[in-house]
Amino acid sequence: MRRATQGRRAPPGRLARGAALAMLALACIGLTGCGTIEPWVKPYEREHFADPIMSLNRDPVSSVYMEHVFESREGARGATGGVGGGCGCN
Amino acid sequence: MQLTEVITRALGNARRSLARLRGAFREGTLLARALPAGMLLAGGLLPGSTAVGDVLPDDRSDVLYHRYQGGGITIQGPEVLVRKKIGQSLSLSGSYYEDLISSASIDVKLSASPYKETRKQKTFGFDYLHGKSTYSAGIINSKEPDYQSNTSYYSVSQDMFGDLTTLTMTYKRGWDHVERDIKQGGQIVNDPAFHEIADHRGYTLGLSQILTRSLIANVTYEVLTDQGYLANPYRKILILDPASPDKGYSLADQVYPNTRTSNAASIDLKYYLPYRAAIDGQYRFFSDTWGIVAHTLQLGYTHPAWKHWIFDGTFRYYRQTAADFYADIFPYANYSNFMARDRELAAFQSYTLGVGASYEFTIPRAPWINKSSLNVRLDHLMIDYSDYRNALLIDPRAGVPAGAEPLYRLNANVLQLFFSIWY
Repeated sequence: MRRATQGRRAPPGRLARGAALAMLALACIGLTGCGTIEPWVKPYEREHFADPIMSLNRDPVSSVYMEHVFESREGARGATGGVGGGCGCN
Repeated sequence: MQLTEVITRALGNARRSLARLRGAFREGTLLARALPAGMLLAGGLLPGSTAVGDVLPDDRSDVLYHRYQGGGITIQGPEVLVRKKIGQSLSLSGSYYEDLISSASIDVKLSASPYKETRKQKTFGFDYLHGKSTYSAGIINSKEPDYQSNTSYYSVSQDMFGDLTTLTMTYKRGWDHVERDIKQGGQIVNDPAFHEIADHRGYTLGLSQILTRSLIANVTYEVLTDQGYLANPYRKILILDPASPDKGYSLADQVYPNTRTSNAASIDLKYYLPYRAAIDGQYRFFSDTWGIVAHTLQLGYTHPAWKHWIFDGTFRYYRQTAADFYADIFPYANYSNFMARDRELAAFQSYTLGVGASYEFTIPRAPWINKSSLNVRLDHLMIDYSDYRNALLIDPRAGVPAGAEPLYRLNANVLQLFFSIWY
């Protein structure tokens, strides 16, 4: 019986601590949102990304085609960046 | 003494050159300055690949010939893709794609007749740049004699945190009309008694993130929902039938659920190696309301060589469980509410090995073309089915009753030849 009562009503100290933590978390999020995040990779340090070999989709005409090949033969789909459309799977 | 002076001067020159180089990057006069994370995905006709933040994709055109051959099917055809900027803020893109299909696959041999048909797909899209945001939209139209599909997509990308991060959100909607061809008076026509529709919706959230000077990550989550006729009207299920001593089975229509919702999440990492080459790894997890759970893992290596060449090698592993209502053969008719034997819903694993070569060159007589490339790519696909059997080999009189025939295995080759220009 006592246990059930304790379960329904949390001690006031615990509530206050929880509220304070929640407010602190919100304040942190707010401060982070308002502040400026310094880019840790400076623009002049990004020369590797200017190289075509670092493109995640160097030849879209080819990647879209291969995606269609796989999607027509597999149950899985999506999260590959393509829109799809049509069937071509009969 | 002279040697020390030479070294000191050389070091001074090197420092000044480095300072000028850094200054140029800060002034934005070098390419890397204007390269947000999303730009590394740019260039396609797809929301995911137009996540370009504050840079529009390059103007380029591609002409592709593709050929798939395996399992009694040959699919080949051309594709043309054109992308061009209009002013500083707008980029238009369009493509035309054809599949010339000649099919005598195992499914066709079992329950239909070999056929030939053409699928044509047209795409048009645009990207509009406004500050650090890119708004994209487009339509895709696909036509086959027995299947018509229209899809539209809308996407917004936002660059953040000094262009290290690009966030992309996409919504797409599709409307399909499904027909069934029949032979009537020697002609193949749409069955007037069969006309079905299917609707599709998709929601995608993508995040591209430059992690270090040499490492970029792309994370994507996509939810897709379908409603309507989702089965293949030509394929059949097998039912054990002792009354048929020749075969031991009979055929019946598939019964699919009318809805499907799937979740897919993927991560793609690409790393620049110290000697100008790149490795990349992708993983995707998939699950849906039909009970399919799939894992996809792809590893790739890109190696430039001899000034004009770029070579690629990829390995892809894929594995899926079967749909809840899939069976290779059902014990009796009306066994359950939903019944399917599409091998796309069977349990299987597949391996794909791919190699590609690209040769870059300039065309002196066409100064408006900045760069051109000739490309060839060959992929070999191997699928091992765990519960889809080669029903063509069922022969009870020869001691191979239905359900005891060997498992099916598919080997296919995929060839791509394409020519690209940047202008």
